[in-house]
Amino acid sequence: MCRGLFRQFAINEVEPLALDIDEEGRFPSETVGKMKHAGFLGIPIPKQYGGQGGDYLAYAMCVEELAKVCGSTSVIVSAHTSLACGPLLEFGTEEQKKKYLVPLARGEKLGAFGLTEPGAGTDAAGQTTKAVDKGDHYILNGSKIFITNAGYADTYIIFAMTDPSQGTRGISAFIVEKDFPGFSVGAKEKKLGIHASSTCELIMIDCAVPKENLLGKEGKGFGIAMKTLDGGRIGIAAQALGLAQGALDKTLAYTKSRRQFGKPISAFQNTQFRLADMDCRTEAARLLTYKAACCKDAGLPYSKEAAMAKLTASEAAMFVTSEAIQLHGGYGYMRDYHVERMMRDAKITEIYEGTSEVQRMVISSALLK
Amino acid sequence: MKIIVCVKQVPDTTEIRLDPVNGTLIRDGIPSVMNPDDKAGLEQALRLRESVGGDVTVLSMGPPQAEVMLREALAMGADRAILLSGRAFAGSDTLATSSALAAAIRKLDYDLIITGRQAIDGDTAQVGPQIAEHLDIPNVSYAEQVTPIDGGIIVKRSFEDRYQIQRVMFPCLITALGELAHPRYMTPGAIFDAYRVHTIEQWSDGDIEADAKRLGLGGSPTRVKKSFPKSTKPAGVVTRAEGRQAADIIVAKLKERFLI
Repeated sequence: MCRGLFRQFAINEVEPLALDIDEEGRFPSETVGKMKHAGFLGIPIPKQYGGQGGDYLAYAMCVEELAKVCGSTSVIVSAHTSLACGPLLEFGTEEQKKKYLVPLARGEKLGAFGLTEPGAGTDAAGQTTKAVDKGDHYILNGSKIFITNAGYADTYIIFAMTDPSQGTRGISAFIVEKDFPGFSVGAKEKKLGIHASSTCELIMIDCAVPKENLLGKEGKGFGIAMKTLDGGRIGIAAQALGLAQGALDKTLAYTKSRRQFGKPISAFQNTQFRLADMDCRTEAARLLTYKAACCKDAGLPYSKEAAMAKLTASEAAMFVTSEAIQLHGGYGYMRDYHVERMMRDAKITEIYEGTSEVQRMVISSALLK
Repeated sequence: MKIIVCVKQVPDTTEIRLDPVNGTLIRDGIPSVMNPDDKAGLEQALRLRESVGGDVTVLSMGPPQAEVMLREALAMGADRAILLSGRAFAGSDTLATSSALAAAIRKLDYDLIITGRQAIDGDTAQVGPQIAEHLDIPNVSYAEQVTPIDGGIIVKRSFEDRYQIQRVMFPCLITALGELAHPRYMTPGAIFDAYRVHTIEQWSDGDIEADAKRLGLGGSPTRVKKSFPKSTKPAGVVTRAEGRQAADIIVAKLKERFLI
């Protein structure tokens, strides 16, 4: 029933805008408003903290159904839920949850996550943003790049070095409001895909953050970031899965109606075999994604499962969307046919929230442990 | 305001397929949904409750699978859901259906009953008005707009060529057009609650006081002689012309078909 709701919403409210917001590179604020009312911005968060009291599986299905029609809209939900609500729920104090998680989970505010820096991507430990203890507050200086939802988010989870001599043990997490003095949003990035998702730099110059906005303990930021990204990967896996399924659905419809040499191109074995491969990869992505979500819901370890889901789903998305364009022929290369956008949107799923290479590191280190 | 909304689970298509042998509906492979007019009625009920207070009970007669639709109604915001189900009701035509629903409604407290105008699978538009007859309460069909007043409602009835505004006092029944209210989305949290918190009350013929002879196939005077899908009509031609010229075109067309 949840899936039916997500699908109905995606078809009615999201799909009609998908081509235009991609073309215009416009953040779909109106859709975010509708998703707030529909309760899509706090699905796995308990009701006591303003959420829907659902589970991660339902949340993954929501992201999947949104991504089937619009990759950009789906990552707005994913970044907000996994990367902003997630760490507040897991590591926040009761006061922090009341003040920050409740409005986020209700959708009254939007959240974002700032870990990546120009010199600290996969090597997240190389943080140069610094936080200096000033008694009742910290002073943050530095910048973050490639931040999803930046500029539209109200609440940011920001990572900074409180003790550079300690390496990863010197990183701490902070809750930063967009209106804190010294905090600003930089230029909007121009991207290959997910054009309607806002991606910007965050700049902190002598940004004063109250002591009570330290998330978790000082020096525990790296663990918080890694744990948060484990959950985030389920969201990105679901996004990639949705892109793959969406492209497959479009291709099925197209190959049944497109006629060449006197018959629909779906009657050719080349088409049939390609469709079979696309479906197998999509289904494998689905099962791994749902498994990772179910493990998280059941309180079981899910770090490796989430990495496997994200790796498989993102590579499936790239494969399926590329095949989708090939089977659409010249039409597939045109912007009116959706699959072109889906392929551009799919590529990022192999990169953000840990590249495919990082996922292989996570999986193999779990294997060899 | 205490409101009862009668809802029916129907196949999710207006393209009904019929079994060529026995003329019954083929339901296999077709997903089921809440009948659109009923859903608009439920939305109206929820809005009335939100504006003047009260509670909304959804009632359906159908097979056990209809429970899913009732949970959807709960996830939209209904307070209580009752499923009237059992062998005694099998094979009911509109009269037997309305007899059973009316008997169930007699067990409940209500000011207003809302049914859909008609179901997309049968298109009879009979059950709502029949329930009102059984209960001996006023019926206002084709409701397109409902405004609450003290002790009743004002209903805007829609006809093909006109509106009628009626004031009707409680208890009463209205049949809802799909245009009455655009149904809201469920929320994920309400869906979880519909399964985790709420229960669907299961009523059988033993739970209602109805004459057994008026229920099910035995209580159904309707005999289906033949079922067939309606033939598709061509789209037609739109010609824009005025006065005499228009009349000439119409006359020529009628002559072409030997109608005059």
